[in-house]
Amino acid sequence: MSTIGLQHYLFISALLFSLGIVCVLTRRHAVAILIGIELILNSASLNMIAFSRFGQGNIQGSVFVLFIIVLAAAEAVVALAMILALQKRMKTIEVDKTNSLKG
Amino acid sequence: MTLVDLIFYLVAVITVASAAYAVFTRNIVRAVFSLLGTFLGVAALYGFLSADFIAVIQILVYVGGILVLMLFAVMLTSNIETTSSSNRSGGWFLGLLAGTSILIILGTLALKTPWKQTEPSAYSPTTASLGHELLGGALLPFELLSIVLLGVVIGGVVIARFGRKESDT
Repeated sequence: MSTIGLQHYLFISALLFSLGIVCVLTRRHAVAILIGIELILNSASLNMIAFSRFGQGNIQGSVFVLFIIVLAAAEAVVALAMILALQKRMKTIEVDKTNSLKG
Repeated sequence: MTLVDLIFYLVAVITVASAAYAVFTRNIVRAVFSLLGTFLGVAALYGFLSADFIAVIQILVYVGGILVLMLFAVMLTSNIETTSSSNRSGGWFLGLLAGTSILIILGTLALKTPWKQTEPSAYSPTTASLGHELLGGALLPFELLSIVLLGVVIGGVVIARFGRKESDT
């Protein structure tokens, strides 16, 4: 019998979430900030699946994670388009150097 | 400790270690490639949790889509010659403070809470019930999602094109 319980998954998820928070708060490269957001979304999805497995065992968790994945892909597309536009206009994508509102 | 537990711990270590490398490395290309390990590890954890369809979708969308998209963005924007310092960082103290405090809070919450668990059922395919749920109870959000995707396609093209037009003129 396996000894892996809900706590193990929740702890991995907590680790991924805090790593994502550190990444978002400390990085200056826009793509690196996007990496942090993806880590946070992954940890949330892992929590959903773990609760649905060890809770009532219904399918709602999987449905929710499917929606999270689709929205994460959509968010990545828009964010990367914005990064490309930023590079064209400002010649840099370090977020603390892009500090002018117009021009 | 059975063999399954051993594999679980191996996958967990790979997932967290490659996520940590992606966060702390100074090279943005290495960070994106290291994210591959995280996404594959999370897909394997979905497999452990008997969510087979979600695991496959995770590999298809994250590894096949988002990761390649990120690599394209890195290659198109960064100066590849200066890539060793392309992932600069600042505010380490406050960032690490926020991260560790969130880790402590969430970790104690996860480990100390007496979760009301039921014994998990045997592994079984979830695709059929997922399809029934998507076309049944979750039909409205499912359809709304297609509108969101249409908006994202148009929005992505428009944003990327406007950026080019401004620099041309």
